[in-house]
Amino acid sequence: MNRDRLVVDKINAALPEAIEETLDFRGEQTLFIKKDQIKAVCQLLRDDADLQYNFLSDINADDLLPDFPRFAINYQIYSISNQHRIRLRVYVEDPDNGPETMASVWPIATWLETEVWDLMGVRFKGNGSLRRLFMPEDWQGHPLRKDYPLGYEEVQFSFNWEAIGARKPNPQE
Amino acid sequence: MISAGSDTIQELTVEELRAKMGTGMTIEDPEEHMLLSMGPQHPSTHGVLRLFVELDGETVVNLAPDIGFLHTGIEKTMESKTYTKALVLTDRMDYLSPWSNNLAYILAVEKLLGVEATPRAQVIRVILAELSRISSHLVWLGTHALDLAAMSVFLYCFREREYLLDIYEMVGGQRMMVSYFRPGGLWRDLPEEFEPAVRHFLDFFPARIADYEALLKNNPIFLRRTKGIGLISAEDATAWGLTGGNLRGSGVNYDVRKAMPYSGYENYVFDVPLGTDGDVYSRYRVRIGELWQSLRIIEQALNNLPDGPVNIDDRKIVPPPRSELGQSMEAVIHHFKLWTEGFNAPKGFVYQSIESPRGEISCYLRGDGGPKPARVHFRGPSFVNLA
Repeated sequence: MNRDRLVVDKINAALPEAIEETLDFRGEQTLFIKKDQIKAVCQLLRDDADLQYNFLSDINADDLLPDFPRFAINYQIYSISNQHRIRLRVYVEDPDNGPETMASVWPIATWLETEVWDLMGVRFKGNGSLRRLFMPEDWQGHPLRKDYPLGYEEVQFSFNWEAIGARKPNPQE
Repeated sequence: MISAGSDTIQELTVEELRAKMGTGMTIEDPEEHMLLSMGPQHPSTHGVLRLFVELDGETVVNLAPDIGFLHTGIEKTMESKTYTKALVLTDRMDYLSPWSNNLAYILAVEKLLGVEATPRAQVIRVILAELSRISSHLVWLGTHALDLAAMSVFLYCFREREYLLDIYEMVGGQRMMVSYFRPGGLWRDLPEEFEPAVRHFLDFFPARIADYEALLKNNPIFLRRTKGIGLISAEDATAWGLTGGNLRGSGVNYDVRKAMPYSGYENYVFDVPLGTDGDVYSRYRVRIGELWQSLRIIEQALNNLPDGPVNIDDRKIVPPPRSELGQSMEAVIHHFKLWTEGFNAPKGFVYQSIESPRGEISCYLRGDGGPKPARVHFRGPSFVNLA
């Protein structure tokens, strides 16, 4: 796990205080990054000649309800030349105030962030194409959140949204 | 977005309609170019997506994919099932390569539990995953050639695929939705007829690949429609997260089986076919090469198939064999606990990638200490490849 150390050292040298903590679980290293530093960290990981994390595999969001901060975003990044993967994890308190978009670092990020917004409702700063990928365009709510019901509810269409809400025990909004 | 509860039908101008189609695509030349909405195709055809295409004559200058027609909320549903029961949903994510989807999920569960399958189970998993790569590539090759007006290739490919589906049925009881890999091992050991059937396949299949190649390699229609078409540079392919044959067709050497070996792939001798030009023809060559490499891997695996149990010896994860249920009270308790409550996985999150026929399929799994996954996320290779 030599390369795991190298990554941590490089980030600490260039951006002190960006790493909140590191976690080693089942042989996978996770770096917990401060939300406002994530873009600088990603830029460094991609551009540093020794690191070259040029491949963004995945962005996914996790709803940690009832814990706080509620949302966690994982970035799975990979270096093709060094054959090494690392995971960055960012905590998000307010889903409307998410991390910055990584579109300028890895173009594929736009697409992955759109999926996260569609299903989990975390808004990425600067991503102008957040739209419904999987759900219908007029869908209300973000189904992968823990407070979103799994069935037992009338199917949502654009014309019956208010009626569904009115029948709930605790009508929202 | 249409406002909630609106029930009036509005008349839209063309510009508003384009904006509402919601693909966010900027149109380069709205005056001269033609806009075409391709699809969505019917679910029984290959690939249900809609492509919003901007055409200059017959050349596509701009394109936006519109997906989600088959979204069924599998990730959400899995959160309500136990680890074992959630497995059957992974077959349904992609019915052409259920083995690979099973494998990604099962390896993630095993990683979270901190267990490793027995040597025999690992080799069997490799054999079946590679057979699944062949059967999936056969559907790709058949439909790819069919779209380019080569009808007979399609029929030949499906003939061989049928043989493989028969093997799947022999092993898992199902042609497609196999769910044969289980946490801690396999559903049961291989039947006796399995090895002769696969050896027979290894005997006749090389000649069949040569048949496909003979039909396509020097076919002027096929060559004109694949060579120099759909160019993707190595830089673009990496930046846009392509994986599988799409990435390797552009000459980038990234194969999860080599980069992050799982299930003992480091023990097999095989090459990673690479393309040079990044066009459709390169990707075709790469996938044909993968057929040959899969045969190599299967042969090595069959020759070195170890004896021994296929399940780990941990009754908290693997249910006891049926023969014990009549004699051992403890076995009955384990059986009952596993099929009602399931096993508890520790707190923590893991991420497991494997090389599926389409590219890198990954499973993110978070356990909260209970019998159900707190969050499952799949990186579908085709979802990223479509971006």
